[in-house]
Order: sequence, then structure tokens, then C-alpha cells
Amino acid sequence: MASLGKPIPSVTPDMAGFFEGARRGQLMVERCDHCGTLRFPAHELCAKCLATGAKWVPVSGRGEIYSFNIMHQIYHPGFAGEVPYAVIVVKLEEGPKFISNLVGIKPHEIRIGMPVEVAFERLSDEVMIPKFRPRAHA
Amino acid sequence: MSNDLRAKCAIAGLGQTRMGKNFDHPNAMGFAAEAIELALEDAGLARSDLDGLLVNPGVTWMENAMASFTLQQAMGLTDLTLTATMNLGGATAGAMIMHATQAIAAGMANVVACVFADAPLRAPSPDKAKAGGGSAAAYGFARGLNAHYGQFGVNAGYAFVAQRHMHLYGTRQEHLGEIAVAERRWANLNPAAQFHDTPMTMADYNAARWVVEPFHLYDCCLVSNGGLAVIVTSAERAKSLKHPPVYLLGMGQGHPGGDPMDTLVSGAPLAKKSAFKMAGIELKDINFAELYDCYTFTVLITLEDYGFCKKGEGGPFVAGGRIGPQGSLPVNTGGGQLSSFYMWGMTPVAEAIVQMRGEAGARQVPRHDIGLVSGNGGILSTHSTLVLGASA
Repeated sequence: MASLGKPIPSVTPDMAGFFEGARRGQLMVERCDHCGTLRFPAHELCAKCLATGAKWVPVSGRGEIYSFNIMHQIYHPGFAGEVPYAVIVVKLEEGPKFISNLVGIKPHEIRIGMPVEVAFERLSDEVMIPKFRPRAHA
Repeated sequence: MSNDLRAKCAIAGLGQTRMGKNFDHPNAMGFAAEAIELALEDAGLARSDLDGLLVNPGVTWMENAMASFTLQQAMGLTDLTLTATMNLGGATAGAMIMHATQAIAAGMANVVACVFADAPLRAPSPDKAKAGGGSAAAYGFARGLNAHYGQFGVNAGYAFVAQRHMHLYGTRQEHLGEIAVAERRWANLNPAAQFHDTPMTMADYNAARWVVEPFHLYDCCLVSNGGLAVIVTSAERAKSLKHPPVYLLGMGQGHPGGDPMDTLVSGAPLAKKSAFKMAGIELKDINFAELYDCYTFTVLITLEDYGFCKKGEGGPFVAGGRIGPQGSLPVNTGGGQLSSFYMWGMTPVAEAIVQMRGEAGARQVPRHDIGLVSGNGGILSTHSTLVLGASA
């Protein structure tokens, strides 16, 4: 079900690989061609080795809650019906952090360290985006 | 070598406009000019004495890339030998003062004005147009995916860091509340504070609306229109002017990089090294501290990072009113940015000057020989430390 009224991310060329993976239900991050360091979102440079050049690679979609907040203030009308809602930071198994929302659980039930897994949501014909849901076991 | 700059320069003038819902000027630049005029008058100097101008533009004129030049022209200043438009967020005030000190000590300038100004609040209009949302609107930008997930603004990013600290160290909501309540008690003693007339108990703090958990309304700084300027000169020149000089004894910066969610550390430990060494002081020599307080949480982290307590113990440290009036470590003695006014890094600088001069009236701390001033920008991204002294 589309999240009506919220800003729809535009698919910029540097993020095309991510959204292609998302359409296939696959979570992707960038891997530096030179040193293999993983990063998200797309960057021109690798912060580790300063090389340009990276490929989008799939990751497992598993991680744990590294941090979260609960937003009460309405910054955008698309969220007027949702406050209070939580924004989470997932530390993926492979290392990079990913900001997202958690589905299937109330904001005040979220705990740092909870294992989670990716669950894609369709926003439009072109755009599917990752959210996360609690995972049964670590 | 590292204490060559110690006490070479002093703050000789302080100019502070009325703060808060001040609509005297149509834009921030007007407040900047007024603050500089007030600072010159405070020092007993004239516009023609100025040969340096350093400007930290607030959010409403941040896109003015050469604000120092725009302001120079607006104020009719000529033959300046030092100017810059600087932005390290809340660390800029300290960084401007350091830059001025280095230039004066090098013989490149003599009298340098350092100014911050902003005007995010719009005057209420007769047709009831929507009022400006202050810092919430100004910082409410979000890009790409984050906007879809509802992650907007600095509050939300800071909240991630605070939640990790609470998870790892057991820091509790009431610890943040202690900081808010202590600063409000100081503000109640400060006639220039926006919350001067409004006391706040812990119950009031808890009852206030959430902004983004774990931050209530009073965990977050105010929004203010206004301008604040200081005049930096050589120590010798300062001695000949109107007020007792506030000497710059130690200076340092710290910009850790990486992810503050991982480290839970500001730039204070890094900045402290050069600042304390230059000043020749230890922590126990500090009589009061004016610590950058965009959030209650920022004060807590900064106290840990300077070493007033161990990492993770900032919560218990502030409990029991330790940093409030009559406490053993006076912190943010004018009410800070939580309860007096939000002039970024100039808020703690201004209060330190007033305390150091012994002019703080009802809120005067009894010992004011050595003061510590911090500035913080971004989300524990940038940091400046100044050690100020009443004598050279």
C-alpha cells in the first residue's frame, strides 16, 4: 500500500542501482571498487581510500536496531496522520547503517539491539523502498 | 611554543541587542550592525578604530557567502586588514575569537569585531499569515530517502545519539531535565533572558510536549532574533579601554569526524589539549563553565568530555542541582540557549564576559577568575574551547 502524501524519493542517477535492487526486493549498498569498503547512500568518493568507482552489491537485509527516535512534531503534512512515529537506524550485518522505519511494532516497543530484517514497500510503479520489521531470532 | 598566545589578547567590548521577538530590524544584518555598534560603545571605541571584521551568519543569511563583505559595506567600514565569513555552526564564535587573536598577535590587525546575528522569527502580520517555524522550519530540510522515512532536522539526528547514550550508560530522562531546570533557575536571575519571568519545575519540564524523543520542548534551545558582537584587541590596548579586560588564556578546536552515534564523544577532548596547555590550567582551576547547549544532552556530553566526570556519568553528575545556582560547578549561568537566548556560540561567550567582569548582578558567581567556554556545531561535529581569565 502506497504511503500517500509523504515525499517520494526521486531516483537520481547515482542511486539508480539501489532502486533497481529494491524493485527486485533486494537491499543494495555500494562497495568501493578499490578497497571493498561498503557504504550507503551513494557517494562519489570512498571515505576510506578516496577512490572513485563503486558497484551496488546485495546485502542480506538483516541487521539490528542501532538507534531510533520518536517524532512528535509535524515537519511535513504527509506525516500529520502518523505522529508520533519512529525513525530507526539499522546497523546492517555487513556494517553500514541505514535509516528507515520499523513496521509491525509500536514506536515505544522499539529497543536498541532488536534484530530486524528488510521488508519492501511499493510507493509507485517505479519505486519500492525498504522498511524493516522485527526478526524472530538473531 | 604553545603558550605564545596566552593572554596576548583580550575581549574589550560586548554588544548584545534585545533578544527574542525583536523586530527592530528587517533582517539579520541589521542586528549584526547594531550589535557591533553596541560593542564598540561598550569598549569606548569608534567605528574608525575597527580594522577587522569576522562574521558568523545565522540560518537566515547563511547563503550570503561573503556576509563579512556585505556587512562591511553596510556599515561603511574601510581599510580593514582582516575579514572572514565563517561557519562551524555553534563552534564559530570561539573560532572567530581564536582567528582574531592569532591575527592580532601576528601584527595583522588591531581591533577585530566578531559577530553573530540571526532573524528567524517573523513579526506577526495583520493577515494572520503563518508565522515562521523558527529553527524547526529552518532545519527541517531532508533529502532523498530520509524525507520519506520522516527523518527531518537536527533534533531528529541528535536524538539518535542521545538514545544510544541512554542505552549504553543508563542516562535517564530526569538527568536531561536536571540540566533544563538548572538553566531555567539561572535564567530567572537574568533580566536579559527570554525566560526570565518563567520558573520551571521538573514537573513542568516533564509535562511539556515531546519534540522528538528523548527531547521534550525544554530539552531544545530557544529561537531568537538578535545580534551579539565582541571586540578583540591586544591585551595592552584592552587595558586602556572602558572595562576590565577579559583575557584569552587558552584556545582549541576539535572536530572528530566519523559518526557520533558510534563514539558518543564531542570535539571537547581534542580541543581541551591545546586550550588547557596554552592557558596553563587544570580542570580544578575552572570557576564556571558556559557550555554550548543546543540541547540539554549536549551539556551532559560536554561535561563528560572535558573530564568533569567519567564518560557515561554525566547524568548522575548533574543530578541534585550541581550545575545550578548554589551548585558546586556553575554552568550556563545566564540560562544558556535553553532559557536565555539562542545566538549560537555567542550565547556562552557573552555570559562568560559578564561573569568575568563581575557585572552579573543577581546571578554573579562568587569566583570568576577562570572561565571555560565551549561551542559545538552540527551533531557533535565541530567544537571550540576558550579559556578566559580575569588576569593575564
